[in-house]
Amino acid sequence: MELNQWAFVGVFFVLAWAFPLAPIVLNRLVAPSRPNKIKTDIYECGVETVGDAWGQMKVQYYLYAIIFLVFDIEMVFLFPWAVAYGAIGMSAYLAGAVFILLLLEGLLYAWRKGALEWT
Amino acid sequence: MEQLYIDLENYLGIGTDSVPEVVRLAIAVLVLGTIFLLAPILTIWVERKVAARFQNRIGPNRTGPYGLLQSFADVLKLIGKEQIMPAHADRIPFLFAPLLMVVSVIMITAVIPLMPNYIGADLSIGALYFVAIGSLSTIAVVMAGWGSNNKYALLGAFRTVAQLISYEIPLVFSLLVPVLFAGTMSMVGITQAQADLDYWYIFLAPASFLIFLFSNLAEIGRTPFDLLEAESELVAGYQIEYSAMPWGMFMLSEFLHAFLIGPLVAVLFLGGWDGPFAEDVPVLGVVYLVIKSMAVYFLGMWMRATLPRFRIDQLMEFNWKFLVPLSIANLLIASFLWELFPEPAGGGLVDNFPRFIVMGGSSLFTLMVGLEFLRRKSVEDRERIARLIDEKNYPLATADQTGVAGD
Repeated sequence: MELNQWAFVGVFFVLAWAFPLAPIVLNRLVAPSRPNKIKTDIYECGVETVGDAWGQMKVQYYLYAIIFLVFDIEMVFLFPWAVAYGAIGMSAYLAGAVFILLLLEGLLYAWRKGALEWT
Repeated sequence: MEQLYIDLENYLGIGTDSVPEVVRLAIAVLVLGTIFLLAPILTIWVERKVAARFQNRIGPNRTGPYGLLQSFADVLKLIGKEQIMPAHADRIPFLFAPLLMVVSVIMITAVIPLMPNYIGADLSIGALYFVAIGSLSTIAVVMAGWGSNNKYALLGAFRTVAQLISYEIPLVFSLLVPVLFAGTMSMVGITQAQADLDYWYIFLAPASFLIFLFSNLAEIGRTPFDLLEAESELVAGYQIEYSAMPWGMFMLSEFLHAFLIGPLVAVLFLGGWDGPFAEDVPVLGVVYLVIKSMAVYFLGMWMRATLPRFRIDQLMEFNWKFLVPLSIANLLIASFLWELFPEPAGGGLVDNFPRFIVMGGSSLFTLMVGLEFLRRKSVEDRERIARLIDEKNYPLATADQTGVAGD
């Protein structure tokens, strides 16, 4: 039965692309298409575009991404912990609490270092 | 548990042996997907009407009775619009992004239990599946922003990454609370656990419910969290170069995602299809689920109509310095109290009164302590800015004095 559920998700993932694709294709078939140089230009409020958009970005975004990675991995480990929690008892709580607090300490470290300030 | 598609087989008269398994699954998928994709046509109308009432307007009232046909008119118009392909765009991510956006949202519907025994796929890891599929939309937004080769679009995309990945942390920490209570990640299991208890997890963990709701509103990126498409600063963010149906697909996925928050919150915290006689008359389950979903959806519309947009530094501070520590504290306290009290045997709120008071009370108390810290911080900030104005340093003050964002 379990395999059947996953087959449903698999079929869903294949067919799901048809849902957005159908109206877009219909739109393309029905609508006119008369591109010109002005129309296909980059729209930046009518001001002439200078340079490429694919340049450098603020480093703050990467700092958040790095902090996020720590918690992202933690969360994956916490799901089995939460499922098995009722069966294990108080030792599960202590182990989980130590694990969470260790990572909370990481957040506090980033906080004190000023990594969470948007400057 | 897959009664939905067994019923479909009986209804359509396709026997178990005559048609291959894949075809039967495909029919079930198409029915489920079509139902949920047509839902936004109605919810957009509801949203426009409600938003209009909040702003003392009437809303759409010309197309059909009560303006009910407004969304159909919009769809017809979108089909007739020209699709513009920007000359400098990166074509593959540009064209691929709207598709991935819709797929990432529509796939969530597979794990929502509609009524007893009716669900697309009863995965044993339903809750984790929801988180995993939901985060695909981040990639779609980045593809749209990057592919557009537009500075506003790219700024919007970068903000999206920062916002969506940040708010995923409180989302998952508050999602862990019902998973821990029910002892399973399956959405059916979580609903069934609440139906067996005769009361809902919102009474045991009100703070988790609120954190889950807020971080979900941030995940879909609507006001007050709509920095990814902030009209007044980024024009339209990552959608700026899109036109016609590809743009419509972004809108569709936003409205569908906003609506799906309702059933998800209802399943995790409000008992899903649980209600009087729902186990005996399954159709009632759908009615209860829709009522609960619309109630949650209304909360979202209310916030959308009331609150102004966050600034990006406020947005990040609200998440990292308030929601994340609060959700972690909440998880630790809820799991500790769950261990301390004996397993509940059902019997409703009256029989479990001490448990309900202690767990719900401590959850609310944690929230209050967090809010008090937040209040002090904002008073401090306001006084600091007032001081700067007195010293004639504001708004000329530099970014590090005021905390005003510069992207």
